Amino acid sequence: MLILHCPYCGVDADETELAAGGQAHIKRETVGSSDGDFEEYMFMRQNPRGVHFERWRHVNGCGKWFHAARCTTTLEVFGTYSAQTLRPPQDLLTHITGKRPGWSFSQWLETLS
Amino acid sequence: MKRYSAFAIAREAARYHQGWERAWASPEPKKKYDAIIIGAGGHGLASAYYLGKNFGITNVAVIEKGWLGGGNTGRNTTIIRSNYLQDPSAAIYEKARSLYETMSQDLNYNVMFSPRGVIMLAQTHHEVRGYQRTAHANALQGVKTEWINPDRVKELCPIMNIEGPRYPVLGGLWQARGGTARHDAVAWGYARACSDMGMDILQKCEVTGVTSEDGKVTGVTTSRGDIGCDKLGIVVAGNSGHVAEMAGFRLPLESVALQALVSEPIKPCMDIVVMANTVHGYLSQSDKGEMVIGGGTDSYNNYTQRGSFHHIEETVRALIETFPMLSRLKMLRQWGGIVDVTGDRSPILSKTPLEGCFINCGWGTGGFKAIPGSGWGFAELMAKGHSPLTAEFGLDRFKEGRFIDESVAAGVAH
Ligand SMILES: Cc1cc2nc3c(=O)[nH]c(=O)nc-3n(C[C@H](O)[C@H](O)[C@H](O)COP(=O)(O)OP(=O)(O)OC[C@H]3O[C@@H](n4cnc5c(N)ncnc54)[C@H](O)[C@@H]3O)c2cc1C
Ligand SMILES: [Zn+2]
Repeated sequence: MLILHCPYCGVDADETELAAGGQAHIKRETVGSSDGDFEEYMFMRQNPRGVHFERWRHVNGCGKWFHAARCTTTLEVFGTYSAQTLRPPQDLLTHITGKRPGWSFSQWLETLS
Repeated sequence: MKRYSAFAIAREAARYHQGWERAWASPEPKKKYDAIIIGAGGHGLASAYYLGKNFGITNVAVIEKGWLGGGNTGRNTTIIRSNYLQDPSAAIYEKARSLYETMSQDLNYNVMFSPRGVIMLAQTHHEVRGYQRTAHANALQGVKTEWINPDRVKELCPIMNIEGPRYPVLGGLWQARGGTARHDAVAWGYARACSDMGMDILQKCEVTGVTSEDGKVTGVTTSRGDIGCDKLGIVVAGNSGHVAEMAGFRLPLESVALQALVSEPIKPCMDIVVMANTVHGYLSQSDKGEMVIGGGTDSYNNYTQRGSFHHIEETVRALIETFPMLSRLKMLRQWGGIVDVTGDRSPILSKTPLEGCFINCGWGTGGFKAIPGSGWGFAELMAKGHSPLTAEFGLDRFKEGRFIDESVAAGVAH
């Protein structure tokens, strides 16, 4: 079972305590956006084999949203962090690059417009 | 290719079964093909088959990184139905269902199509309205389905408890010519027929890149060398996003795990297929006697072909209320597949930003039933550039807001 550490209440929460909220760091589009940008926001998703950033909610706990960095092929969890940020913390990124040499956040972000 | 028949079995029985041929060849890759299909699942193989059968294009390779049929085609619970809500869905799924009726004869391969009937249970008032609406839509589409009352449900499936308490059965959407087929046989039958037409099925050959020149596809790089092609079809289900990236475009879908499980074999107790979307479970009995059970997908991206353990418990716990006898059964095996789910829960059969490159994906949790129809339409799209069956399933629909919204009907989408 997937276990994620909630950065708000500090609990190591089982998957059954959590609700998955999909890809993190999506730029929200609104009135006045182009069709292409709106499609990006609504439907286009990163779907990597490897490192991925996601939103999770500690729904049967403190109720807060947070972010997690996870590997989609090994299910390894690299870490969790606050949802009040546009970018994962640098120490987490360094930790991931240590484990996945050659990987970079800008690569993951690149295809996000 | 020697045909399979009752006579062939008798002949082989008389000579210790030494005369059976290999069902398909294992050739070395050629330098170049007219068309390459990536992915030897049901959809890829059916696409290749109809390229040859309907359009005479037989200089074709189907490239598979593992073994053919080892993806979702060999992992699904084999439910076949065509009672969808939207017209474009009904058209392609009903085409598929009708091709299943004669597939064994067409391919000279017994795919064990068993039109035993499928009920989709209504266990909430919302579902009652939803399925009655679908029944009306199906009547207009020429898809034969019927709304049935609880007594008829009980008559069709006596092991069901229709009285609740949590989720009483309020009726059902019944498709008498829906059913199941042997999933491996569908892949094997198409593979044998493709090989017989002179196509190359290249197993243990992983596509690692897509090559192009001036915005037009020229071939693929693989673990067995570079292979050229004029046209390329990407048909890799859960790996669609990954392979599309090689071809330089993105897709509006995500890959998640879907799992299934089977019980120990028991005597025949249920001769139809039942889907219970409210409780997220569906059930049929295999010819071996196992109860074949499927549930919902995991909620997060995953490529491991396993699923979350607690989903099994949730699925079984929910089904037990409606099928109390299940509580006495031991479960034998559990497995998962990686399904590619789009925003409107409908597939993508489309041209792509790369000229000459086409994609067939997004079948998500329910594409086994669609294999022949999808292959039929996708082959036409690849050969002619357009097909009435695939016209509405283009990639541009997400930008244009022309969704084929089956998500309402597809809490569990099989
Ligand atoms: C548990 C479960 C239950 C299901 N139940 C049902 C059901 O009851 N009814 C129904 O209609 N549908 C069901 N489905 C869905 C159905 O299985 C799929 O929609 C369908 O099989 C998809 O077929 P496909 O040919 O597109 O994909 P697949 O059979 O997955 O084939 C894709 C192939 O591409 C290959 N590939 C991937 N990447 C590469 C690469 N880089 N190079 C070369 N080859 C590559 C893979 O190895 C794979 O063999 C279920 C799915 C699952 C997982
Ligand atoms: Zn918390």
